[in-house]
Amino acid sequence: MSHAGALRAWRVSLGVYRARALERAGAKRAKNSLFLNRETSMHVVRSPSRRGAWFRRIAAVAAAFAPGLVTADYRLNFPPPETSIAANILDLHNLIMIICAIIFLIVFAFMFYAIVVHRKSRGYKAATFHDSARLEVLWTVLPFLILVGMAIPSTTTLIAMSDVSKSDLTVNVVGYQWKWKYDFPEQDISFFSTLSTPREQIEGKAPKGENYLLEVDNPLVLPVGKKVRLVITANDVIHAWWVPQFGIKKDAIPGYINEVWMNIDKPGVYRGQCAELCGKDHGFMPVVVNAVTQEEFEKWVVAQKQKASAEAARADKVWTRDELLAKGKQVYQACGACHGPNGEGVGPFPKLAGSKIATGPVAAHLSIVLKGKPGTAMQAFSAQLNDADIAAVVTYERNSFGNKTGDVVQPAQVKAAR
Amino acid sequence: MATAAHHHDEHPTGITRWMFTTNHKDIGTMYLLFALMMFLVGGVMALIIRAELFQPGLQITDPHFFNQMTTLHALVMIFGGVMPAFVGFANWQLPLMIGAPDMALPRMNNWSFWILPFAFTLLLSTVFMQGQGGGPSAGWTIYPPLSVQGGIGTDFAILSIHMMGISSVLGAINVIATILNMRAPGMTLMKMPLFVWTWLITAFLLLGAMPVLAGTVTMLLTDRHFGTSFFDAAGGGDPVLFQHVFWFFGHPEVYILILPAFGIVSQVIPTFARKPLFGYDSMVYATASIAFLSHIVWAHHMFTVGMPITGELFFMYATMLIAVPTGVKIFNWIATMWRGSMTFETPMLFAIAFVFLFTIGGLSGLMLSIVPADFQYHDTYFVVAHFHYVLVTGAVLAIFSGVYYWLPKWSGHMYNETLGKWHFWLTMIGMNLTFFPMHFLGLAGMPRRIPDYALQFTEFNQIASVGAFIFGLSQLLFVVLVIRTMRGGAKATEQVWEGADGLEWTLSSPPPYHSFATAPVIK
Repeated sequence: MSHAGALRAWRVSLGVYRARALERAGAKRAKNSLFLNRETSMHVVRSPSRRGAWFRRIAAVAAAFAPGLVTADYRLNFPPPETSIAANILDLHNLIMIICAIIFLIVFAFMFYAIVVHRKSRGYKAATFHDSARLEVLWTVLPFLILVGMAIPSTTTLIAMSDVSKSDLTVNVVGYQWKWKYDFPEQDISFFSTLSTPREQIEGKAPKGENYLLEVDNPLVLPVGKKVRLVITANDVIHAWWVPQFGIKKDAIPGYINEVWMNIDKPGVYRGQCAELCGKDHGFMPVVVNAVTQEEFEKWVVAQKQKASAEAARADKVWTRDELLAKGKQVYQACGACHGPNGEGVGPFPKLAGSKIATGPVAAHLSIVLKGKPGTAMQAFSAQLNDADIAAVVTYERNSFGNKTGDVVQPAQVKAAR
Repeated sequence: MATAAHHHDEHPTGITRWMFTTNHKDIGTMYLLFALMMFLVGGVMALIIRAELFQPGLQITDPHFFNQMTTLHALVMIFGGVMPAFVGFANWQLPLMIGAPDMALPRMNNWSFWILPFAFTLLLSTVFMQGQGGGPSAGWTIYPPLSVQGGIGTDFAILSIHMMGISSVLGAINVIATILNMRAPGMTLMKMPLFVWTWLITAFLLLGAMPVLAGTVTMLLTDRHFGTSFFDAAGGGDPVLFQHVFWFFGHPEVYILILPAFGIVSQVIPTFARKPLFGYDSMVYATASIAFLSHIVWAHHMFTVGMPITGELFFMYATMLIAVPTGVKIFNWIATMWRGSMTFETPMLFAIAFVFLFTIGGLSGLMLSIVPADFQYHDTYFVVAHFHYVLVTGAVLAIFSGVYYWLPKWSGHMYNETLGKWHFWLTMIGMNLTFFPMHFLGLAGMPRRIPDYALQFTEFNQIASVGAFIFGLSQLLFVVLVIRTMRGGAKATEQVWEGADGLEWTLSSPPPYHSFATAPVIK
């Protein structure tokens, strides 16, 4: 298959080209002298192309509009694939894109020739033909044959993607508004993965970090070189689990169980995002996968188990008011997405400052946190948070934002209320 | 005879003329002006979106309001902009093109227009109810369970969709009744101008699609308020069922939005190429096959929901097939231009741009049909780029082309050609700057419907935002041009365009308030 080779070469050249553009834009951003700038580009680009010049201009325009923000890390095609399936998809995509581009150029060469030559201002007299059965058959059959040619590699790739049998490891993925839960049923590990970019960066009060919006507190850790099966569903609304470099995007749907598989080539951190609109913070639920060697993966499993048993022990003791408030403030981060960092409410989401629930009976407060409010975005947190977390956050809510109930709620009360 | 003609020539004035009119020309004008207003309203929403996306971080909207903007932008542009614009064209042009005195059901015609302002008042009023949750915010596709969570805005949207649906179905019935019953003697089906053909087929698509939408949003309404669980897995329902039913409406809807555009372009290109449309018969058959295929490809909008592989293969093959009749149309338009004697007035410029840019959207559509690759494209800016290339550089460019083409006939005045050309070129620059970089954003991995994004997406978003403001502001030129042409300007001749051919060009410009009171005879 010579075309596959050509495609790969093309992909490599795109990558090289991207690196060049990156360096050039980087040089521009550094506001170096013209001389240094030229030196940099001479160093990087041995044979500057016209296309390159065009992109340099675009980068310059972009840089002019937002100095300091430009990362020059843009790309023109898929991120580098890290699984064999993702590589197949990229080849397929490039193949089809090239075919489409060639057809486009040929067809519109005719149109632009006609526009230039067959114009009245040149004195061109109109012909009178208006039909040709032969042509109509030709341009019906020819596209059909091209389509058959496209369908064959698409079908084989799709069949390969659908084979989830003989996996080495299974991970259950559950979408929540707006976080991911990962369960390792064979290893008995379970945890949530939430955006870790600070609020200040989003609101422009602090400089944005390198992995802005694509970083989480607990990444999914997976071994490389193993066939990993993901079993995907959702708790509340539809989400979609997506890591571009794995070539996987699958909807997480309440009541449905979807399966995908992947075999990651090499260790590294791979980032993606929720791809299905899932409400207010849809743009703020990234996916981060930390691919490690089998030994490191096993060490991680042991560490996770130790962490879980430590958490369980803490839930049984009696907490002081200060401990509860400190822990509660931490847990409240997630609640604040809707109820506001200071309990002031956000849009349709109710405020907690002075609210009936946060200042009324403890039992009603515990009940809504544990069981949620059906038909709204208020979820049941009983499965998401342990007794200590819920005791802490309820205590915090009842003694913050101007709420002065003085109540202290202990994990044991939460256990009883479940 | 003379007294009868006199009786029919009454010409009411004032506000009641517009409220009670049953005249296809008045109703057509109202549809078109309504569409223009909605185009501007939806455009402002798009600019709010693009302003927020100019740089990473949250600057001018909160995420909840951002979601309302994306949702309303789509609903307003589809149901308030493009569809009413095409119905406006149908009202003005169908009777003139087939030699009928008016639409077949004139009173219903009045009603189907006047439902629309109420529907959109209902929909847009939700923006002012931020305390109750604001407008619908689950995307125009209103997928449950997310849409079941929404505030009162979702209910307003559902009821306004019902009203828009009634309006569209009434309009479609009227179009079918008019075309099948009111053609002048000798105007056989295969002699009808292609615009009439595409509208006839579109009307059948509307009849097939809109009731399905009404049904599915009604199920959503009862899920929200009356305890049913059609789409709630916890109650034995199925969230994916909604998507199947929605897209069973949604995909024919795509062709409802583009077939009349094909019709307009098929009128404009022969006029300015001074050469008859190439392959008229195959154009008709291609339109009909597109309409048929549009009903059996809906699940290509939902390849990632986890369908069985046989289902995915079927929908992939069926979708790829649409490229064949669509290709036939593009080849025929180019063959019409080939060896013509072309001039490039504004309508022709827009028509050529339509053929060229719509094809980009068509080819990216073909790419999207390839299931494994679609897993990467799905719900990214690649899809956003694709459907804006078919809807904006497709449908909207065809609407501009049609307005410039027929405005002299409707108003009796020539528009300002220089202003028209400025509008064309600024629109070209603006829209391509806006939508072309979105292809790259999508391939690089930017999901759609997000108010904030990772840093590597900054550059192309900035280009797109700058383009959007150029595109948006240049539409003010169009508004100025239309108002100036309606008020005065050089007198237009009957023929208007040297190469124009068809019954409407045999009438004066503007045509009499009641035209073809006596049917013309077509040889």
